[in-house]
Amino acid sequence: MILVTVGMQLGFDRLIKAMDELAPSLSEPVVAQTGKGRYAPLHMRAQESMTPAEFDSHVQQARLIVSHAGIGTILTAARWSKPIALLARRADLNEHRNDHQLATAENLKGRPGILVATEVSDLPRIVAQGLQLGTVAHTGAAQAATLHKAVAKFIDTGSVS
Amino acid sequence: MLLRTTLDRYKVRYASTDDGVTAHHGVNAAETLPDCNQNRPVRSLWCALVALWIVLKIRPDTVLSTGAAPGFFCIFWGRLLGAKTLWIDSVANGEDLSMCGKLSKTFAHECLTQWENLAADPQPKYRGSVL
Repeated sequence: MILVTVGMQLGFDRLIKAMDELAPSLSEPVVAQTGKGRYAPLHMRAQESMTPAEFDSHVQQARLIVSHAGIGTILTAARWSKPIALLARRADLNEHRNDHQLATAENLKGRPGILVATEVSDLPRIVAQGLQLGTVAHTGAAQAATLHKAVAKFIDTGSVS
Repeated sequence: MLLRTTLDRYKVRYASTDDGVTAHHGVNAAETLPDCNQNRPVRSLWCALVALWIVLKIRPDTVLSTGAAPGFFCIFWGRLLGAKTLWIDSVANGEDLSMCGKLSKTFAHECLTQWENLAADPQPKYRGSVL
């Protein structure tokens, strides 16, 4: 199964429509969490929102996640070692207040398990690539351990250095 | 929530704007704050008062926030009431520190960014990332 998700707050019709058009050509069923969008998918099982538990269980079952460049989703994909394909929301298309998702996608480009689509036209290629990946070990464990240590040090001593 | 394995070694209380999230992670007795941002002045004032109430009630030794205005209010009152205060800017801010992150560079004892390219001297510091 492929999980398409755009976060619970805003619609992201550009991604939902592109994935709906791609869905019939894919070998896997596609489930979409659409947010408050206007486009009604024809080829994907769609629901506006999911509870955190429901979302976790969909991520665990998915072979690939196709998502806006939201940190929450990227962290969830990493937690379950799932490949994730990102399309960033753009402020000039009124998809978000600012372009921080473009920055996130740019920063994460090239990490294992993370694929970045610059345009919707990149999606067919990126999705095919993502389906080949299988289970992936996302990097970042070392950075996370460093942060945990700094937090413990601060609580103990009042300083992170 | 991603820092829980470390935080749970201490006596810890969580405050969140969304009790669904804390419940999902199995945290009981979490404090709830109203959500707010700079575009909603009245609600922000209310949130600041609730934050003061929570900080007065718990009297924490350390206040740690991972972002947004409600967390910043807890840092603000915590600092005034003598707590150690640590701001960890959200990993979502890869291009620039959030507004509350910028305020925390002076208001909090320590301010961390989760992106190495945003680190500066003396604040914010980079000490790793959840991602």
